[in-house]
Amino acid sequence: MNDMTVLDKAVEIKNTKIAANDVHVYYGDAHAIKGVDVEIEDKTVTAFIGPSGCGKSTFLRCLNRMNDTIDICQVKGDILIDGEDIYDKRVDPVQLRAKVGMVFQKPNPFPKSIYDNVAYGPRIHGLAKTKADLDDIVEKSLRRGAIWDEVKDRLDKPGTGLSGGQQQRLCIARAVATEPEILLMDEPCSALDPIATAQVEELIDELRTSFSVVIVTHSMQQAARVSQKTAFFHLGNLVEFGETGKIFTNPEDPRTESYITGRIG
Amino acid sequence: MPLLWLVLILIAASIVGFFLGRQRALHTADGNPRDLHSLPSYYGHNVAFTGLLPALIILVIWVLVQPIIIDNRVSNLIPSTAIPENSTLGLVMSDVRRVADGLDHAVSEGSLSSERASALQADKTDVRALLGESGIAVGNDVRPEILSAAQKYRKINHVGSSVMTALVLLIAGGGFIYAYSVTHKDFRARNIVERGVLGLLILAASLAILTTVGIVLSMFFETLNFFSLHSWKDFYLGTTWAPNFRGDSDLSILPLLWGTLYISVIALLVAVPIGLFAAVYLSEYANNTVRSFAKPLLEILAGIPTIVYGLFALLTVGPALVTFFGQGNNGILGVEWMAGATSVLTAGVVMGIMLIPFVSSLSDDIINAVPQTMRDGSLGLGATKSETIRQVVIPAALPGIVGAVLLAASRAIGETMIVVMGAGAIAKFSLNPLESMTTITTRIVSQLTGDTDFASPETLVAFALGLTLFVLTLGLNVLALYIVRKYREQYD
Repeated sequence: MNDMTVLDKAVEIKNTKIAANDVHVYYGDAHAIKGVDVEIEDKTVTAFIGPSGCGKSTFLRCLNRMNDTIDICQVKGDILIDGEDIYDKRVDPVQLRAKVGMVFQKPNPFPKSIYDNVAYGPRIHGLAKTKADLDDIVEKSLRRGAIWDEVKDRLDKPGTGLSGGQQQRLCIARAVATEPEILLMDEPCSALDPIATAQVEELIDELRTSFSVVIVTHSMQQAARVSQKTAFFHLGNLVEFGETGKIFTNPEDPRTESYITGRIG
Repeated sequence: MPLLWLVLILIAASIVGFFLGRQRALHTADGNPRDLHSLPSYYGHNVAFTGLLPALIILVIWVLVQPIIIDNRVSNLIPSTAIPENSTLGLVMSDVRRVADGLDHAVSEGSLSSERASALQADKTDVRALLGESGIAVGNDVRPEILSAAQKYRKINHVGSSVMTALVLLIAGGGFIYAYSVTHKDFRARNIVERGVLGLLILAASLAILTTVGIVLSMFFETLNFFSLHSWKDFYLGTTWAPNFRGDSDLSILPLLWGTLYISVIALLVAVPIGLFAAVYLSEYANNTVRSFAKPLLEILAGIPTIVYGLFALLTVGPALVTFFGQGNNGILGVEWMAGATSVLTAGVVMGIMLIPFVSSLSDDIINAVPQTMRDGSLGLGATKSETIRQVVIPAALPGIVGAVLLAASRAIGETMIVVMGAGAIAKFSLNPLESMTTITTRIVSQLTGDTDFASPETLVAFALGLTLFVLTLGLNVLALYIVRKYREQYD
């Protein structure tokens, strides 16, 4: 028995990218997240599913301290990224967010050109020494966002002029451009049509090779298609966390089963 | 019958009509409101307003038109010999009206019987003394022509009023009877009332628009008068403003326009940075507690009457600037650039202070309208708050901010009291902000408040200045609204 535990630990240390320990979130008096423990692995896609208002987006926003921008929001508990507590006083949320990129529900390109949209992060963090460097970063990011071929001839046109699916891929390229280690996605396909959704999902699968991806989704099919690990949230609790295949075929908790079969949520 | 009584009768009748209409509607439905097409009160309103509104409209039109027609007919009776030298038909007619009113008053007081009032003859009775007894003062002795005109005036007026009363009552009665007779449970009273409400709203909107048009037209015709007396070339292209009340003045708008624009530019240089930064602080950094008292405090500035700003300019800012740039209290800088308290800088700075809440409250709304997702996107990439504001929020809000600045500029150009008190009265072209200069609005005030002949170009120039100013600010407002509208949808 003892040997087994030691072996488990060795595996964990190698793979765990994010470790959350008894995380509570309060919006004023409302208790939004009630003691979540989760360990998210590197180079995998982890999906958060659950009914509306279950706290999955709130928890996601804790991972890059975006909740700091909401005055009444209070976070308790530890969240470790690479073993470092991100809520420690010495951690600068601005640097943290460069390391933990985020893609939002609604495509939100800035009212700038496509080029400037992608170059925004690298410029802020001073990642490019010369114009040529920046050009390289922009091209590489747009290629990784699977949108390079569509926009390479109109990099100086406004990003707001693209279609919804293109805008969302532009936003992914923009997030990728700062070279993050983790990519958080908050329902990235909910404002997109099925074709654009398919493109973004394909992209998420490719991104897995370089990043740890955490995706919040309302669509269980999407979670099943893109993720390796799935976490089910309900009323602020993390009900079940495990291999995606197992969650969808053989859930342990009755609530998970009810949700997946469509009886609650 | 006095007008007041007539109106009161109409209103009372419409109230009675309301209850009758409602009752009849319920009656046709055997007392069951569910069988009615509309709610019972709609039937009541239908009866009340069908009787009241047409009658009221006729009444208003009649009251407005009757004096015009009577004046026309009576003034034909006055021979041109009855008009004394250096007087006009208008003055004689006002005498006629005063005598007629006086007689009416005497009759209503009972000091004069109505038969006697109609039979009065100027050569036999001293009408002036008679009217004086009942407290009506008539300027000079009442001459026979005037008395007879006044008698005629009274007669037509009397007939007119009687016809009006009869007509209005007839229309009201007809309306009530018609509306009452069509009231039935299947009658679509609700639709009629809805249409009535629509008509009322359209009336209010068109009155507001027509007033604006009326103001512009009145300015326009006076301006035409001015240009028939003074060449437009001198007005728009000349370089000197030197009104001379003996005539033959140089009346050119350009020096005034220069002063106006110079002061406005200084005002904007003060107001735009301060207002914009205040708006950024209030909308992006301040927490709710700070915002809830800082915003109203800032907006108090907008509630200060401009005359108070004018006093502030004259008594505080002006002398303070003289202490800096002139010899006031022997001067801090030891230079002698500024002689008096009134200057372009004084007026500009105070006007800028006045515009701060204007710029900040408009910019605040616009910055708040930038979607939160935009800020999230930037913060999520690791940008700091000020980077986000500088590179994302302000660019996204820029069209709106430009619009706000243009609106503020048009306020600055049209502002009067501050420049009257703070800017001085000398029209000239100069780049020195410490000299006093004058603006279009100040000159309008001084040209119109003088004790001069109204028909002279020196007075009428005020209308040309006013119209030009109006066109200028209208242009700026239209441009501002256009910019704001054109770029607004982009971020919805």
